[in-house]
Amino acid sequence: MQETNHEKTENGRYGEYGGQYIPETLMTELQKLTAAYEHYKKDSEFQTELHNLLNNYANRPSLLYFAEQMTKDLGGAKIYLKREDLNHTGAHKINNVLGQALLAKRMGKTRVIAETGAGQHGVATATVAALFGMQCEIYMGKRDTDRQALNVYRMKLLGAKVHSVTTGSMVLKDAINAALQEWTQRCDDTAYIMGSATGPHPFPMMVRDFQSVISKESKAQILKAEKRLPDAIVACVGGGSNAIGSFANYIDNPEVQLIGCEAAGKGIETPLTAATLERGSEGIFHGMKSIFLQDQDGQIAPVYSISAGLDYPGVGPEHAYLAKTGRAQYVGITDDEAVDAFEYIAKTEGIICAIESAHAVAYVKKLAPKMRKDQIIICNLSGRGDKDVAAIAKYRGVNINE
Amino acid sequence: MNNLTQVFKKRKAFISFVVAGDPNFNATVAHVVALANAGSDIVELGIPFSDPVADGPEIQAADLRAFKDHTTTERVFEMVTAIREQTQVPLVFLTYINIVFKYGYEAFTKRCAELGVSGLVIPDLPLEEQDELRPFADQFGINLIPLIAPTSPVERIQKIAKKATGFIYVVSSMGVTGVRNDIQTDLKALIENIRQVTDVPTAIGFGIHTPQQAATMAELADGVIVGSAIVHQIASGSTRQHTDLALTEYVTQVRTAIDKVSIAQN
Repeated sequence: MQETNHEKTENGRYGEYGGQYIPETLMTELQKLTAAYEHYKKDSEFQTELHNLLNNYANRPSLLYFAEQMTKDLGGAKIYLKREDLNHTGAHKINNVLGQALLAKRMGKTRVIAETGAGQHGVATATVAALFGMQCEIYMGKRDTDRQALNVYRMKLLGAKVHSVTTGSMVLKDAINAALQEWTQRCDDTAYIMGSATGPHPFPMMVRDFQSVISKESKAQILKAEKRLPDAIVACVGGGSNAIGSFANYIDNPEVQLIGCEAAGKGIETPLTAATLERGSEGIFHGMKSIFLQDQDGQIAPVYSISAGLDYPGVGPEHAYLAKTGRAQYVGITDDEAVDAFEYIAKTEGIICAIESAHAVAYVKKLAPKMRKDQIIICNLSGRGDKDVAAIAKYRGVNINE
Repeated sequence: MNNLTQVFKKRKAFISFVVAGDPNFNATVAHVVALANAGSDIVELGIPFSDPVADGPEIQAADLRAFKDHTTTERVFEMVTAIREQTQVPLVFLTYINIVFKYGYEAFTKRCAELGVSGLVIPDLPLEEQDELRPFADQFGINLIPLIAPTSPVERIQKIAKKATGFIYVVSSMGVTGVRNDIQTDLKALIENIRQVTDVPTAIGFGIHTPQQAATMAELADGVIVGSAIVHQIASGSTRQHTDLALTEYVTQVRTAIDKVSIAQN
């Protein structure tokens, strides 16, 4: 875990964004969680245990791989891939879950609950719960349990109970609603393991800190390989946990461009989109003040993306702040562009990445040719794509017998 | 003394809740008038929200019915205008902070004052986040009615209670809104903690549905709030007239039960 020097995170605020807009029933629990986190953040025994789990269980540090074929093919900047897809459970999500679950254990919790979109956070939570001998219940929208059936079964194999959420639009947002409601019902023995850098304080800060191991490593790795910092970091953004982790240790290096790739779905000009920062406006939802896709009355809009992991109508408060101050740029990538990139990186580098990560790859395809050959891009491959193969085949009109 | 606090002086208060626009504009106006005439001391009008995280299935379903009738914040204000032509029952809004934030804190509280809406209950606006809204609420004389939960520790209960105006919404039990058969929280101790620091009246809500439960809660607090049980009557009524009769009958039963407590305690 790496704590970043970021003064604006005081009291859970990132500029005007963030906060704790949550029912009174949960306030005391959030305050206990904040106090416990502040304590264990500085506790060397906790840090050592977390470090050991990250390295010996989750397979860290993850590789920073020079993508030579992509670099040659695109003919511009040198492209490095930060291989979070090689982590145990196949995505960056495990970094944060190990941190939060270890904290939950220290707080005496015996049960964990979590929301999941694509299922990667649910799988990571079920995995760590199995390892720690904790009860685990996962909330997942019904649309997502349908399109990510493989991950649902993985969670069950790991001993978790999976709730298919049938309220609202039946995606990630609704899974968060259901998990929050469950936590309101039962928080004395239960920890809510938030998967993204979203929600009420202290979640955006904790998730950022636990995920910042990505940029802590990549910074050391690129300095070793190239003796200099990269020119750009590119990562996909739903709620924004892999992106904030990839950005964290570069925020204070203004020469490094930070680029978040949102899911534009069928296009940001259409209602079938999840491009929050391009199309959204300020609001307060899921415990935080941030940017949301919503109507003029403040009703949260249904969102759409081919990617279940990016299908969220909001974004973490720190991203809202980085966007507002101009420190980071956010771009929309359509379903078509993401699927093309998914196939492209498979064929050029022999890597089947998650459809979420393919949104970042798609932007690298546009950006690299416009940059000089002595410039460097680090693209965060947040997860692997096994879970997406069936859905991509379907998108291409291929019927495979699972 | 403001008109909310006032109603608790006469007797144990009965506060009813409906979702504005459930199932349509005219029905809501008729239901609120029926609830008021049958003996509700305050009516809470819920402005529907797309993602009501503090609400259980009954009220979530009511929100969906209201959206089906194209209920917007502006339409809810129009409903209040129509309600005010028939009754002067004290009204408060219950909604989520994003609805108020998007309308604009100043514009929203000003509009409440113009319409004669006395207070706001906002389940996702805890004490720590109230400062952004409070100056406008104060300016226009709108009560910010705080919630106190079974999980709130004593110091926190008292911090919240000290800032309260209108009344204090005591959440009976963990979880979301919806009927419960068993309420186990030590509400007596919780209310005593509030009493130590303020005279602002208390009303218990979440889960209350039978007249007997209402009477038990009225023995502890200054009032009771019934939401999901009323919403359920609206959901199951075959016609508006039928629903109005059912609501009248239900409020009368609860009213009778808690009035016995008022008499016994006086």
